[in-house]
Order: sequence, then C-alpha cells, then structure tokens
Amino acid sequence: MISKGLGLFAAAAAGLAADSALANRYNLQEPQSIIAHQIYDLHTLIMWIIVGIFVVVFGTMTWAIVKHRKSVGHQAEQFHENTTVEIIWTIIPFFILIGMALPATKTVIAMKDTSSPDITIKATGYQWKWGYDYLQEGISFYSNLSTPRDQIDEYGKKGAKKNEHYLIEVDNPVVVPVGKKVRIIATAADVIHAWWVPALGIKQDAIPGFVRDTWFKVDKEGTYRGQCAELCGKDHGFMPIVVEAVTPEQYAAWVAAQKTKMPAAAPDPGKQWTLDELKAQGEKVYAGNCVACHQATGMGLPGTFPALSGSKIVTGPKDEQIKTVLNGVVKGGKPTAMAAFGKQLSDADLAAVITYTRNNWSNRTGDMVTPAEVKALRK
Amino acid sequence: MEAAHAHHGHEAHGHHPTGIMRWITTTNHKDIGTLYLLFALTMFFVGGVLALMLRLELFEPGMQFWRPEFFNQLTTMHGLIMVFGAIMPAFVGFANWQVPLMIGAPDMAFARMNNWSFWLLPPAAVLLVVSFFVPGGAIAAGWTLYAPLSTQMGPGTDLAIFAVHILGASSIMGSINIITTILNMRAPGMTLMKMPLFVWTWLITAYLLIAVMPVLAGAVTMVLTDRHFGTSFFNAAGGGDPVMFQHIFWFFGHPEVYIMILPGFGIISQIVPTFARKPLFGYSSMVYATASIAILSFMVWAHHMFTVGMPAAAQLFFMYATMLIAVPTGVKVFNWIATMWKGSMTFETPMLFACGFIFVFSMGGFTGLVLAITPVDIQLQDTYYVVAHFHYVLVAGSLFALFGGAYYWLPKWIGRMYDETLGKWHFWLSMVFFNVTFFPMHFTGLAGLPRRVPDYNMQFADFNMISTIGAFGFGLSQLIFVYLLWKAIGGAGEKATDKVWEGAQGLEWTLPSPPPYHTFETPPVVK
Repeated sequence: MISKGLGLFAAAAAGLAADSALANRYNLQEPQSIIAHQIYDLHTLIMWIIVGIFVVVFGTMTWAIVKHRKSVGHQAEQFHENTTVEIIWTIIPFFILIGMALPATKTVIAMKDTSSPDITIKATGYQWKWGYDYLQEGISFYSNLSTPRDQIDEYGKKGAKKNEHYLIEVDNPVVVPVGKKVRIIATAADVIHAWWVPALGIKQDAIPGFVRDTWFKVDKEGTYRGQCAELCGKDHGFMPIVVEAVTPEQYAAWVAAQKTKMPAAAPDPGKQWTLDELKAQGEKVYAGNCVACHQATGMGLPGTFPALSGSKIVTGPKDEQIKTVLNGVVKGGKPTAMAAFGKQLSDADLAAVITYTRNNWSNRTGDMVTPAEVKALRK
Repeated sequence: MEAAHAHHGHEAHGHHPTGIMRWITTTNHKDIGTLYLLFALTMFFVGGVLALMLRLELFEPGMQFWRPEFFNQLTTMHGLIMVFGAIMPAFVGFANWQVPLMIGAPDMAFARMNNWSFWLLPPAAVLLVVSFFVPGGAIAAGWTLYAPLSTQMGPGTDLAIFAVHILGASSIMGSINIITTILNMRAPGMTLMKMPLFVWTWLITAYLLIAVMPVLAGAVTMVLTDRHFGTSFFNAAGGGDPVMFQHIFWFFGHPEVYIMILPGFGIISQIVPTFARKPLFGYSSMVYATASIAILSFMVWAHHMFTVGMPAAAQLFFMYATMLIAVPTGVKVFNWIATMWKGSMTFETPMLFACGFIFVFSMGGFTGLVLAITPVDIQLQDTYYVVAHFHYVLVAGSLFALFGGAYYWLPKWIGRMYDETLGKWHFWLSMVFFNVTFFPMHFTGLAGLPRRVPDYNMQFADFNMISTIGAFGFGLSQLIFVYLLWKAIGGAGEKATDKVWEGAQGLEWTLPSPPPYHTFETPPVVK
C-alpha cells in the first residue's frame, strides 16, 4: 500500500518534470492579446512584491522562532508598544498598495473600452452550450462540446482513450481574424454563464435578460480554448469555448463559406420526409439538444428532469408535445429548464426530434410529425 | 418570598437534571459551549466526508464515481455545512465557554436564549443532510445559491433555504447574547480597553453578525418567493435582475468572511503572548485594526463579482477598498511577530497552530492581494486559484485558529492535559497535508481550470491527483484529534494546574481546572 502511494507520488513528480517545458503549468497561460499581456505583467509585478514582503516578514518571524526561544535560554523582554514602529508599518504598506493600484487602474480602463469594434459577436449561454451570432455578417450557429461520451463516462468501466483537447473542444469554433478588435456581447437564455478564454484575457458573465460586453484583439493565429466559468447547473464542466484566430483573408473566406452553408445545411422546407428519415434526423437533433437532461435512455433524472419514455405528453396528442417543445415549459410565469426550442431549431429538426421521441424507448405511437404541422403551431 | 427565593437557589445549584435532559434543558454557558463545540466537530466531519467524496471524483480525468449533478450537490453542501455548521458554531462555542470566564461574568446574559440558540442548530443540520434524499437531491447551485440557478432547482433548495433561516436566527440570538454579556457583565475594573483580545474580536464579530445575517435571510427569502409565489426579484423576464442577488448575497458574504476569521485573530492574540511569555505587542492598534477590518468589510462586497460587467468606476472603487484591507491585516501580522520578537518562546501544540496560522493564513492574505487587483481577478475569478485562496484563509486561518484555541483551553475545561505528542503529530500532519492539498490549486487556477467542474483536461491531471492524496491525508489526520480528545476527556494525562501554561495571563487562569459548574458568582476585581 505504502509502496503504491510512493509510486503515485513518483509518477506525479516525474510528470511534473517531464512537462515543465510547458510555460503555463505554473502560471497564467501565454498571453495572446493586449489585455492578456497587461494582466500577465500585473500578476508578475504583484507576485514579486509579495515575494519581497514574504521574505522580510517571515525572515523576521523565522529568526525570532530560532533565536528567541526558551530552549536556547532567551529571556523575554517586556516591551509591548512602540508608536514609531507602528506608524511606519502602517504607512509603508499604503505606499506599496498605491504602486500596485496605478498600473491596475490603467488596465481596468483599457478593458472597459469596447468602442469602435471591427467585429461584434453575440455569445449566448444555454444550459449547456454556447450560441454565437455574428451581428454584421449575419452568421449564427451553436457550439457544443465535441468530446465523445465514451471518453468521459467511466462509471465502472475504462473509458476510451482521451484525446489531447479532452473537454476543451467543440464542433463549431468561434472564428475571428487576428489584429481586429472583436467585441463580445454576452447574454444567456436560462441561468448565468461566463464566457472565458484565458489566453485572450477576457471573462464576462453572461446574464439572462441583460447584455454585457467586453473585447479582445488577438495577436497571432492559433486556437485558444476556454470554458464556462460560472456554475450553471449539471453540465457546467462540459460547455467549452474555442476561438480560432485566422488571417483576415481566411476569415473573409470562412464568412463567405458560412453564408452559403447556412441555408444549405438547413433541410429543404419543401422536402417530403419518410418516418425513418425523420427518426434518423431526430436522433441527431436529440443528441445535440436533449440528451443532457432527458438522457440517452429517455429516463431523464428523477426529481430534476422528467422522463420522456412513457411520458404522458410524448405519448399523448401530437399538438401538445409540439407546443411544449416550441414554447418551452413555463411555471408560475417563469421559464424552466425546458427551454423554448422554437427559437433554436428549424421546423424540420423539431418535427424530426418529436417523431424520434414518439417512436423510441418504450414509446411506440407510430406517429409521424411533419415540418408543416410544426410550422402551423408556431405563434 | 424569602423562602421561595432560597428554595429556587437551592434547586438551581443542587438538582439540575442529569443524563440527556441536562443537555437539552441546560442554561449553563459551559454546557452550551461544549454542545456547540461537539456539534461543530460533528459537522466538520460530515462536511469533510463530502469534500473527500468530491476529491475522489477529481482524482483523475473522466467521470468514475458520481454523476455531474450529484457532484454539484457535494460542492454546495460541503460549503454550506463547513461555513454554517462547522466554523461558525465552533467560534460561538468558544465564545460561550470563554467570554464569561475571561471577563469575570457568572454566565451569559440571556441564559435561556442561549439554550435556544444552540438547539436551533441540530434541526437546521438535519434539514441540510436530509435534503440529499428528496427528489432531485440537495441544492446544487453552489454555497452562494446564485439565482436564477437556485430558482430552477428541486425541493432540496427549499430545505436549504429554511436551514439558512434557522441558522441565521440562531446566530442573531447568539450575537445579541454575546454583545449584552460583554457590555454589561464585565468584572469591576475591566474597562473595554482592558478586555482580552479574544473578547474584543467577538464583540466586533457579533455586531457584524447582527448586521448581515438578516441580509442573507432576505436574499434567500426572495429566492423562495421567486420559486413559489410568483415574484420576479431575480428574473429579468418579470423586471428583476439576477445580478441583484449577488449584490445582496455578497453584502452578507464579505462580512461573513470576517465573521469567520476575526474570532480566530482573537484566539491567536491570546496564544502568542502566552507562549512568548511577553505581553501582546500593540494591544490598542490590534483593537483598532479589528474594527477597521470590520468597517471595511461592508465596502468591498463587489470584488466577488468583478466579472458581472460593472462600470469602470465601480470596479476601481471596489479594487481600492479591497486593497486597503491589507493595511489593518498587515498591522495584525506585524504585531504578532513583534510579540514573538525577543520573547522566550516554547512550542506546545497551541503555539504550533498559532505559528502555522500566521504563516499559512498570510499566504492566503497574499493571494487575496493578487485577487484584489481587478484585471488579475477577472482572469482568476471562479478558478481553482480562488479555491486555494479561500481555503488558505478558512482552513489554515479559521480552522487552525480553532484547533489552537482548543488545545490552549482544553486543559482548563477538562482539568487534564492532552497528549502533547499526539497534538504535535496532529499539527504537523495537518500542516503538511493542507499544503499538499491546496498549494497545487494555485497552479491549476492560474493555468485555467475553472472551479466547480466534475471533470477536467489531462493537463490538470497530476496536480489534481496530488490534491486528492493531500485531502485524504488531511482528513485522516483529523482522526488523531478525535482520539486525543477521547483520551484526554477519558481522564488519561496528568492533572492540569490552575494556570496550565507558564505564561498564561487572564481571569480564566485564576480558576481551578476544571472550573466549577458555576464560576465568578462573586465578581473578581480587575486592577
């Protein structure tokens, strides 16, 4: 047992030594924007001041502990005040603090200057994914965690091998050009989230019903990863943020591609769907939007998220379920965790996912819900 | 009338109930102090088990033991139970035992209310623990109970809200009792500026409690009405503001931080002079520093919310005010070290904990200074750096002060010395494992690990593994304390003298060890 413990320690120590080349193991991530550079330098400055104070104060304390002890025969003196000394050690910290506050103040004011952005992106926090709207370009998409569940879940079994960007990778990253001022407008649909990318030096709470803004300008091309930083419920640890910084030319190409892709990606509204096609499409939509709460088993989480398998709404009249998914569930005038998906999904995706839930698990209604039926119930 | 009075007096001294009824009906400050301390110790282990459960999940990447929603319940309840069930009641226990003994009063001012303020605690603790078993489980919104996440959750939230109400009522009653006792029942000759520093810090803490516990009660009541009665305090769709909850909560929450540390400062200020055999350096500046910290604590709450998007002017105000707290806190640390300077120190367990406190609490103070700098805080808020920071001040601060105080006064309370060797083992193992657990969190926080996540990228794996090993070591080390207590209370160990410690000064050391059930019925005269 002890040797196993020592082995773990040795392994951990070896891991520390092997990876010490990575600068960000013991410190802030390598800064990639003006603000992040200032934060990094502020932190370094304050750390050195602290180290200085630490050495002086605890040097004195250690000296006293070693020299002024009874066991070495030191006799106690009985002084208990000295006004001069007390004034000095009240005043000196005050001046040290002013030395810290001056550069910090400059950075606070710079961080708050969100004027004249080149690009404005609205980031909306959902339980548990991010939605992005490029306001001038008219591009909108959702960004979900792309790490497969079999790498995460290890309950009673060994999970699949975890890849390098485990839990900090997404399906659709935010793409921005380097050297341009990007303004992020943060808000949320349900509870408070926080949009945080450490290397870019920004963290902004996303507050439902309010918009707050912040900004960054990326120095060089690269992929910068962050996570939601405000506890937002069950899957708080599973809604990462990925920013890809590219050259302005690549960015322009990306914007053009997105614009053509968006209508193409949406299913043709005139398409005639078969039941199997709807079920297959619905399974994908379910995995992206519903599974976090209602679970792959359709059993939900007792007491928190209701089961769909055997649910009265899912096995009852079609219209009721369509309305529930379109408008969400509102209790006592307030939205619940069941969001209004009418705003997030197309008629076809809604029809598909409703069809899927009505014909999966213990639900065997045999019903098919068409995009037209969904469209008819939209308010 | 005469006879009735005499009879009453006879009953009070002779036939107080025995067995369990003695503890349920007791109005004796020593009994109630003991109850508080045993309750706090029990809750310390409950909260500790929750902490070890969450560290278990964090031992390596991947989800092995708990579902994410249960993990969030663990972090939330660990926080609530440690803050409201362990640290705060433990300090009230010390106040009950020590304030009357240190000021020469026969008991607390309101003896029956004192009984009631203790006996409110067990039902509140039961509500918190039972909430794990209601549909949806315990509240999982973090101990800060941020709306609208807390308005979204199941009935466990309501139980937690009721528990907070009850605990708040208990704290307010306890504080009224402490203030009244200190202001009205001091022995003749004990002016305010002659009071032991522990009494001073508790007087100031009690005012803080009375000022802010109703604020917390208000905040959670608003959550309750938002949940059930159609109000929209924190719901933007109904005209409310989710950020308002944070303002109200932290207006309570920051003074709360000092509620949990100021009595600790008091205990350290009693221990250091005793074992340095030298009077406390700068007594009056200690009192003024404590009062300054208390006043400043009302002006810094929004430094917990630098990322909500306040205007620059507000961020700057709260940054400057927060940095100012370093001045009085620095004065305290300098005074303790000046008290040690040119003393004649010995290092029994209470002194070890006091020295450990000064050293490790100051490291929490340093990281506090880092976090005060708004731009740096925006990078570090809600990361493991913050987790490291507040465990340095709450575990190495408050908890080490409590252990120091327990070893310091235990021989007085039970009349027997504890096992010094075991005490030293308890200190050194706690000190080492505390740092093994929490020091690596500075690194993971700086490198970008958010707090309150059940799983993480592999780059954080080795530090998390070290933290978990440290946490189990720390938890197991606390069993030494239980064994030591059991041995000492069981009567092992030599009989304690009245003075117990060579350098001890103050009224409590003039009493026999253990003190009789009723003390200072005739007030002593302080010269």
